[in-house]
Amino acid sequence: MFVYALKRLGVAVLVAITVSMVTFSLLYLSGDPAMALAGESATQQDIENIRRVYGFDRPIILQYLSWAWGALHGHLGYSNYLRTDVAAVVFERLPTTMTLGAAAISFALILSIPLGVLAAMRPNTVVDRFALTLAVVGQALPSFWFALILIFWLGIEWRLLPITGTESWKNFIMPAIALGYYVTPGVMRLTRAGMLEVLSSDYIRTARAKGLRSGTVLFKHALRNAIIPVVALTAVQFGFMLGGSIVIETIFAINGLGYLAWESIQRADMPVMQAIVLVLACIYIVLTFLADMLNAFLDPRIRVA
Amino acid sequence: MSAVLEVEELSVDIPVSAGLLHPVQGVSFTVNRGETVCIVGESGCGKSLTALAIMDLLPSSARRLAMRLLLDGEDMLNASERRMSDIRGSKMAMIFQEPMTSLNPAYTIGNQLAEALTRHRRVSREQARERAVFLLEKVGITAAASRLRQYPHQLSGGLRQRVMIAMALMCGPDLIIADEPTTALDVTIQAQILLLLASLQKEFQMGMILITHDLGVVARVADRVAVMYAGQVIEAGDARQIFQQPMHPYTQGLLDCIPVPGKTQRGAHLGAIPGIVPTLIGDFIGCRFRERCNYAMVDCVSEEVSSRDAVQSGHTYRCLLGAQQCADNAKRKASA
Ligand SMILES: Nc1ncnc2c1ncn2[C@@H]1O[C@H](COP(=O)(O)OP(=O)(O)OP(=O)(O)O)[C@@H](O)[C@H]1O
Ligand SMILES: [Mg+2]
Repeated sequence: MFVYALKRLGVAVLVAITVSMVTFSLLYLSGDPAMALAGESATQQDIENIRRVYGFDRPIILQYLSWAWGALHGHLGYSNYLRTDVAAVVFERLPTTMTLGAAAISFALILSIPLGVLAAMRPNTVVDRFALTLAVVGQALPSFWFALILIFWLGIEWRLLPITGTESWKNFIMPAIALGYYVTPGVMRLTRAGMLEVLSSDYIRTARAKGLRSGTVLFKHALRNAIIPVVALTAVQFGFMLGGSIVIETIFAINGLGYLAWESIQRADMPVMQAIVLVLACIYIVLTFLADMLNAFLDPRIRVA
Repeated sequence: MSAVLEVEELSVDIPVSAGLLHPVQGVSFTVNRGETVCIVGESGCGKSLTALAIMDLLPSSARRLAMRLLLDGEDMLNASERRMSDIRGSKMAMIFQEPMTSLNPAYTIGNQLAEALTRHRRVSREQARERAVFLLEKVGITAAASRLRQYPHQLSGGLRQRVMIAMALMCGPDLIIADEPTTALDVTIQAQILLLLASLQKEFQMGMILITHDLGVVARVADRVAVMYAGQVIEAGDARQIFQQPMHPYTQGLLDCIPVPGKTQRGAHLGAIPGIVPTLIGDFIGCRFRERCNYAMVDCVSEEVSSRDAVQSGHTYRCLLGAQQCADNAKRKASA
C-alpha cells in the first residue's frame, strides 16, 4: 500500500509540474506580456523598461523557475486591474467554489448511487426505466438551461429559494442541483452496470449460500465491488464540474472562482486567470490522487500493482 | 439412520424464449446422516440446478416445485425467505465449482470465514477467528493464522477451494453440497480435495451430496449413487448395487469402460455413449434415453416411465424393461 501511494504521489507531482508549465505559458498566449502590461499608449522605451523590471528579458526557463518558486510559496502575481495580490483574491473566493462543488457532488452521489443500485436490483422495471429516463434527460439538458428552469420555477414562480448571492445555505441549493445534475447520469449508469455485473457473480452466490442477510449481500459484498469504477469517474466528473462552475456561478451570481474567472476573462486579467487555472488544476490533481487511494483501499488487488 | 435431507418429486421450470424448460423433473432421493450421496450424469442433465433448488438459490427466473423437501425433518418448501437464510450456511452449506471466483476479492479470507459463523451463532470475533484457524488447519492449509489476513487473489485455486470447504464447515452443517468441487482444479489436486472432503464428511458425520463427473471418485467415496439423465434420476441405489448390477441401459453404458469397481481408473469420464440428449423444452412423453438406447421399444415413445424397484431393495431405476431382463443385460455386458 505504501509503495503504491508513493508511486501515485510521484505521478501526481509530475502532472502538477506539467500543468504548471502549461499555466505559465498562458502568459505568453496573448502575445508579448510586456506590451500588454504597458498598455496602448506606451512608448517602445516604456515597454523595454517593463520587460527588464518584470524580468521578461531573461531566458524562458529561468522565468518559469522563478515563477514556479513563487507559486509554491503562494505568490501568484499581481493583478493590474484589481491592484492587489492575486493569491489573496483567489483564496478568498476558493471556499465558496469548494462549498458549491462539494454540495453539487454530494447531491449527485446521493441521487445517482441509490438510483443505480435500485435499477440494478430491479432491471427492466419501472424503477429502472425511471432511472434511465432521468439519465437520458440529464445528459441531453445543457446545465445553463437546467439552471434557468430551476430559477424560473423554484425561484420566481414558487419563490421557494433565493436566486442569487451566497448569504445562506439556501443560496447553494439551486446551483448545487444545476451543477450536480450533470454528473448524475454517468455515475448512475456506471453504478447500475457495476451492480448488475457484481450481483450475478459467483461470490454473491457464495454470500447468499452463507445465509447472509440481503442487506449484507447488497452493501458489504456487492456495492463495495461495484463502486470501485465509480470512484474514479466521480473524481473526473468533479474536475469537469469545477469547469462548469464558471457558467453556474455566473448565472447565480455566486462570488466564487468561476465568477472571478468570468470577470477576469472579460478584463483580460491574465495573472488572475492564470492563478485560477493553476489552483483548479491542483485541486483536480489532489482529488485524483485521493480517488486512487480510496480505490486502493476498496480493491486490495490494486495495492500490489 | 436418520434422514438429513429428503427430496421428493423435485422439479425446476425455467421460462425461456422457446417455451418452458424442464431441466429437473421429479427428482427424489434421501441423504442420511454421515452418508455421501453422489449425483452423476453428463453435462447439462440438471445436477447443479438440483443442488441450487435444494439450497433455494435458483436463478430468479426459475420456479421450484416439489412434493416434499425436508431438512432434518423441517419443511423447506414453505419456509420464509428469512427462515431459509437462517438455514443456509448454518444447517446446510454448499461448495461451488469455481473456486477462483467464488470468494469476494475485496475482503480477507479471515473476514469471509468469520462472517459465515457470526451470521448464525452468537460468538465473539476472537472465537470466530479461532474456529477459522482450526478449520483452515483441518482442510490442510499451513500457517493458517497468517492466511486469515490474505486476500483471495493471493491464493492458488486449490487453496481457495480449501478455504471454501472450511467456510462451508464454519457452522458445523448437517448437510454439505459439493457441486463438482474439483472440476476447475489441477488434476494433481483434484484427488486430494475430494479425499479431504470425504474424510471431513466422515469425521463430522455430515450428510454430503457430491456432484461429480468422475466415476473413479464415486467408486471410492459414495455410499449411495443417483444417476441423472436429462433432468431425471434414472437410477439410484447403494454404490455397490449401482456398480455391480446397473439396471438402466444408460447406467450400463456409463459403466462400460470400468469393469470392476475399486479398480476404476480415476478420470474415467461420462458421456461415451453416442447420440444426444433430447431438448427439455415443453412436454416430453416417454423415456428420455430412448434415442440412444439399444433396447428401445415402441412403448418407450408413448408410455411415461416411472421409477420401479430393482431386485434388491433400495435400488430403483426408470425403464420399461423388467428387473430380470435388466439384470441379464448387465450380466451379458459384463461377460462380453
Ligand atoms: N438460468 C438458466 N436459464 C436457462 N436455462 C438454464 C439456466 N441454468 C441452467 N439452465 C439449463 O438447465 C440445464 C441443466 O443445467 P445444470 O447447470 O443443472 O447442468 P449440470 O448437470 O450441472 O451440468 P454441468 O455438469 O455442465 O455442470 C442445462 O441444459 C442448462 O442449459
Ligand atoms: Mg453443474
